[in-house]
Amino acid sequence: MAQDNIISINNLSKNFGGVNAVFDVSFDVPIGAIKAVIGPNGAGKSTLFNLITGIEPPTSGEIRFKNQKVNSLKPHQRAAIGLSRTFQTPQIFGNLTVLENVLIGRHLHGRSGLVGGLLSTSRSRRENREMREYSLQLLERIGLVDKADELAENLAFGQLKLLEIGRALASEPKLLLLDEFAAGLNQNEADEIVALVQDVRDEGVTLLIVEHHMRLVMNMSDEIVVMNFGEKIADGTPDQIQQDKGVIECYLGSEDCDA
Amino acid sequence: MLNSKTNRVASGYWLGIFLVLIAVFPLFSPNPYIMTIMAFAGIHILICTGLNLLIGYAGQLSIGHAAFWGLGAYISGVLTAKFGWPPVPAMAASIFGTCLVGLVVGFPTLKLKGHYLAMATLGVGIIIQIFFVQLDDLTGGPQGLVNIPSFSVGPWTINTPLGNHYLIWTFTALGLFGALNLSNSRMGRALKAIKTSEVAAETMGVKTFQYKLAIFVLSTAFAAVAGTLYAHYLNFTAPETFGFHNSVLLLTMVVVGGVGDSWGPVVGALILTFLPEYLRAYEGLEVVLYGVVLVAVMMFMPKGLAPLLKAIPSQLLNLVASGEKTYGAR
Repeated sequence: MAQDNIISINNLSKNFGGVNAVFDVSFDVPIGAIKAVIGPNGAGKSTLFNLITGIEPPTSGEIRFKNQKVNSLKPHQRAAIGLSRTFQTPQIFGNLTVLENVLIGRHLHGRSGLVGGLLSTSRSRRENREMREYSLQLLERIGLVDKADELAENLAFGQLKLLEIGRALASEPKLLLLDEFAAGLNQNEADEIVALVQDVRDEGVTLLIVEHHMRLVMNMSDEIVVMNFGEKIADGTPDQIQQDKGVIECYLGSEDCDA
Repeated sequence: MLNSKTNRVASGYWLGIFLVLIAVFPLFSPNPYIMTIMAFAGIHILICTGLNLLIGYAGQLSIGHAAFWGLGAYISGVLTAKFGWPPVPAMAASIFGTCLVGLVVGFPTLKLKGHYLAMATLGVGIIIQIFFVQLDDLTGGPQGLVNIPSFSVGPWTINTPLGNHYLIWTFTALGLFGALNLSNSRMGRALKAIKTSEVAAETMGVKTFQYKLAIFVLSTAFAAVAGTLYAHYLNFTAPETFGFHNSVLLLTMVVVGGVGDSWGPVVGALILTFLPEYLRAYEGLEVVLYGVVLVAVMMFMPKGLAPLLKAIPSQLLNLVASGEKTYGAR
């Protein structure tokens, strides 16, 4: 059973000076699924993402990615085995061009190092060319190719969100974590990203998403985990979640989530 | 919009102009005094180019880089003057030794988040300088190390102003060439990413710690080469050259020139090497004028002078290019 899940979270906890940001959370993400993590602000969703990608070490518990315990791996090592993410506030390299941002996403697919770079060896130049071609195709796909040589800091917010997903895709991840990809976007921009995300899933990438936009989440997710005050309170299909009494009481009941 | 290919062509253009200027400089300046300052400028540019890779690319700070420059000078100086080594292997030893110290300083400090490298280099810089003074059997103590032979390769000794000019500026040009190449490379991009967001770079698979350490050690290697050239050029080195004051001066050169711009160290080091010499005419006021220049640059050109200088003649460059065509057709 375990090999059908790309990632398994087992009894994961994170304690920040006495506050349980994440407490005893367990869930699996099946290969090829779109799984959403929802919950009110402060429920521990972003902390959960930081634990999974290795930015924060967990206090206890286990993260298994592709059946391998990854607790002790650094973020770059987790990236190397197929884990990539975006951030709630886009972490774009603003001083670099749009193309260069995607090229950094492509970093893991190159090999040339310091000496190759200093001497600009033919191997490192060829590799650079290949990375550029791939990255330009990716920019074409996300509709930013005409901005390729612009500084990323000059992009509009929606374009930054797109670029960040593009950058993550450039690494060809197996599991992509998207932290509030639709937050702050208008309907058109959100639709564009949803279409992209579904495309990506169809190509075999598994997605774990945090999103507040309930209709989006219910429509696109295969499974949903609901968190509140750091704990998991429900885990199931969108239908199950919408029927779940605990969830309705604790989270959905008091809010108009169809916005 | 400039894409990176035209960027590379442009930087190749600049490098070409730069090399020509350096090559013909001695023809227009038979004055040995100017040649001496020019040699110091070349040495400063080399150190600052390494320092700029560290600050401008990886976003890390070294406040003790003059000490690494000094290590380069002293290792090579002591090995040649006291142990009779030829300069070339002495240079290799000085690069190796300086990098080793860089590694020892960088390894524990770069693992930490924050500007611990700055703190560590500040302290290590002071300690290294104390060694220069105290190990007087080897280093000559506070009076300095004398009788360092001129640079030589096999039977050829380089001891004329002209020879030293080309020797020093060859290394300077090589360093600059490397820095320009790195800017457009996989590693260079990764370093720039680290500067903006270490977390994001790390999640893209960039080995942030290893890369920061590598670039720091590389920057000490640049300083070591500069130190070797310095020692064999002057045939003498003294401890006070490699103290805190000059570490700050080197940083100032990088900042005035333009942090993160490969041409920044060239502009900054040239100006701040020549400026004090010209300000000497205004005795007593020189420090004030120097300060005013620095403050003015920081206030009105916070990105440094190099980007500004490159922007102004981009139109002129086109004119020159078309002019060259007509000239060539004749």
